[in-house]
Amino acid sequence: MALISEGRFIEDAWRRLADEEALPKSGKIIVSLSRLEHAVAHLDAGVALGVLAPNTTEPEPLAAALPRLSLISIVFPAFADGRGFSLARLIRRAGFTGELRASGRLLADQYRHALGCGFDTIEIPDDLAERQDESQWQAERTAHARTYQRGYVAPGSILEARRKAAAK
Amino acid sequence: MTAHDPSLARPNTPVTTYRYDEFDAAFVRERVAEFREQVRRRLEGSLTEEEFRPFRLMNGLYLQLHAYMLRVAIPYGTLTARQMRRLADIADKYDRGYGHFTTRQNLQYNWPKLIDTPDILEALAEVEMHAIQTSGNCIRNVTADHFSGVAPDEIEDPRATAEFLRQWSSAHPEFSFLPRKFKIAVTGAEHDRAAIMVHDVGLRIVKNAAGEVGYQVVIGGGLGRTPFVGKVLRDYVPRADLLAYLEAVMRVYNRFGRRDNKYKARIKILVHEKGIEEVRAAVEAEFAAMDRSAFSYDPAEFERIAGFFTPPPYEALPAESAKLRAERVTHPAFGNFAEVNAAPHRVPGYAIVTVSLKPIGGIPGDATSQQMRVLAEASERFGFGELRISHEQNVILPHVKQDDLFDLWKLLDGAGLATANAGLVSDIISCPGLDYCALATARSIPIAQAISKRFSDLSRQRRIGKLGIKISGCINACGHHHVGAIGILGLEKKGQESYQITLGGDPTFSASIGEILGPGVTAEQVPDVIEHIVDFYLAERQEGETFIETWRRIGHARFKDVLRREGEDGADI
Ligand code: HEM
Ligand code: SF4
Repeated sequence: MALISEGRFIEDAWRRLADEEALPKSGKIIVSLSRLEHAVAHLDAGVALGVLAPNTTEPEPLAAALPRLSLISIVFPAFADGRGFSLARLIRRAGFTGELRASGRLLADQYRHALGCGFDTIEIPDDLAERQDESQWQAERTAHARTYQRGYVAPGSILEARRKAAAK
Repeated sequence: MTAHDPSLARPNTPVTTYRYDEFDAAFVRERVAEFREQVRRRLEGSLTEEEFRPFRLMNGLYLQLHAYMLRVAIPYGTLTARQMRRLADIADKYDRGYGHFTTRQNLQYNWPKLIDTPDILEALAEVEMHAIQTSGNCIRNVTADHFSGVAPDEIEDPRATAEFLRQWSSAHPEFSFLPRKFKIAVTGAEHDRAAIMVHDVGLRIVKNAAGEVGYQVVIGGGLGRTPFVGKVLRDYVPRADLLAYLEAVMRVYNRFGRRDNKYKARIKILVHEKGIEEVRAAVEAEFAAMDRSAFSYDPAEFERIAGFFTPPPYEALPAESAKLRAERVTHPAFGNFAEVNAAPHRVPGYAIVTVSLKPIGGIPGDATSQQMRVLAEASERFGFGELRISHEQNVILPHVKQDDLFDLWKLLDGAGLATANAGLVSDIISCPGLDYCALATARSIPIAQAISKRFSDLSRQRRIGKLGIKISGCINACGHHHVGAIGILGLEKKGQESYQITLGGDPTFSASIGEILGPGVTAEQVPDVIEHIVDFYLAERQEGETFIETWRRIGHARFKDVLRREGEDGADI
């Protein structure tokens, strides 16, 4: 797996914990959704907790765990399955401020969609990372200066820019 | 190209069209650059065909039977003379000298090369056009009433709303990878010319008790293999809440629309399976939970956009032109054109002219580059340089002085554009069918041509009156056959083309899906069957009744009976 943050490939500091593995005493771990409640109750305070959430997850059950969570990784089963974008919006709306990760066969061309909906990082399989090198992610990150939508995390909305231009 | 563009020198620039500001222009250019890069990465191999597909579709590019096909957006159907000329130039340079106007206010080129498409998109961008979101599982090009701004029965010009929605839906971060395509249509009039009842979302501009303008929101309509008439989600959404409300609809659809089966992925299936009440509850809950201030409606922005759609400088004229009255009598052919193709205008002394792209025996919706140039010229000489594309695949000149109709007619007639059949039986809607489309199960263009020839006598057509025939070459229903008063669906049965006929479809506010007449018929039989149906209608109709009114009054069974008798044992029909 390769991890992209701010248009660069970076080392992943997080480790996915298999369901049968014991909870560790330190580090940064990602547990499955089914193990989340257990982990919140039993994990040492010093361990950073993340969860792997299918894109069909309802945001309400996650809400109780949000204060304890440092990372939520939303699964994209296919790049054309856009449910993860809406789920990300709902999770941000619920007040989550930790790392929001999109995990799946996402394409560089979708980087701005992911960033716009509140994702921080993208995790893609290695074979995909080979075809989509860093320059493509960098280019996508900077190519789209403005968007029409408001209320999305974006470099800036055209409507705001228009308003400013009109005020001058 | 720009230096030679004659339209730049012409003073008659249209006044009722949205003009890009620097941000719109930059946005469209960025998309072109992005697509150029995607094409390069596709050719170089860093994108597979499967990965490239949604991005080429979002830029209007299909892979068809013989070649690529490019679908250009004509947002809410409004086009300037300069843009029309550019479409003609592209047809000459990159295609085979013609284009095909569709039922969704688009123009399709059937023969572009992949490598040329970024250049085509650039040529379009120069005249404020694009192919963004004319395809793909995103919010498609928003369509609207083609009589916008000139119809006498209008509450408000829907184009401001449509443009507002176009901007909001363009490259939407959250809603570009929906379960399926998503189509929105807007009308602001008392008569629906935008078929809002058969769209994923239909918006009808209405006034509430206090006289404030808002929207009735209809969802879950659609054609294709499971046709549905839309249901009212909310009777009134204030303008200030429109975007927020639509975001709620889209979010519910994005999260809960089916993705296991592409034939069940449209919002109409969600509405059908869950029921409108459950969908409404989900939408209202999401709407209530949203932080609406974050992307709150900006009235100044709406006003800015609406400001582009103000009336052109009309002259003060008498309601009826004496010149026109005289010319109608002295030139009967022109008289027929004026009677059939000119519609009442909200301003005295003007008319709305429908230019039929359905010459007898022609290909519905096709226009040659030469015809496009004549249309551009016609709009400049006689109509403030503005044109519209209708979902009936015709071109509209929305502001023609009645005094000018005769000269306009002469110009059009010289280019084969004066067929006086708007709304009549030979004004047939037809998809490309087996002649171009990879999904087709039968031909549709030759069927349209055969029917058109059968009814070539225009005076007979006028006696028959308004009657919409709509033809699709497969169950996807691009030709809207479900909502044709007479609908024809081409199927394949045991290696043979077979045509299923439906009656009683209606795309307006009183929408209904047509009912099947009987077993399919062969291509050769179609014109006979249509003729029998029409003759039966003529024999049965009461004074002033349209086909659909007669059909509704006497019932489907009577029509079926007649055909059973005509076909003796009914086996063929
Ligand atoms: C030639 C290439 C074309 C292809 C591959 C194509 C493909 C399709 C498909 C697959 C559907 C069914 C979608 C669904 O129900 O989920 C559809 C529906 C439709 N298409 Fe096309 N189409 C083509 C051309 C056209 C043309 C030329 C027109 C207009 C003349 C058109 C207008 C429509 C409309 C109005 C619908 C029905 C929309 C609804 O269900 O609400 N398409 N098309
Ligand atoms: S109805 Fe079928 S044949 Fe006709 S254009 Fe649509 S997909 Fe092609």
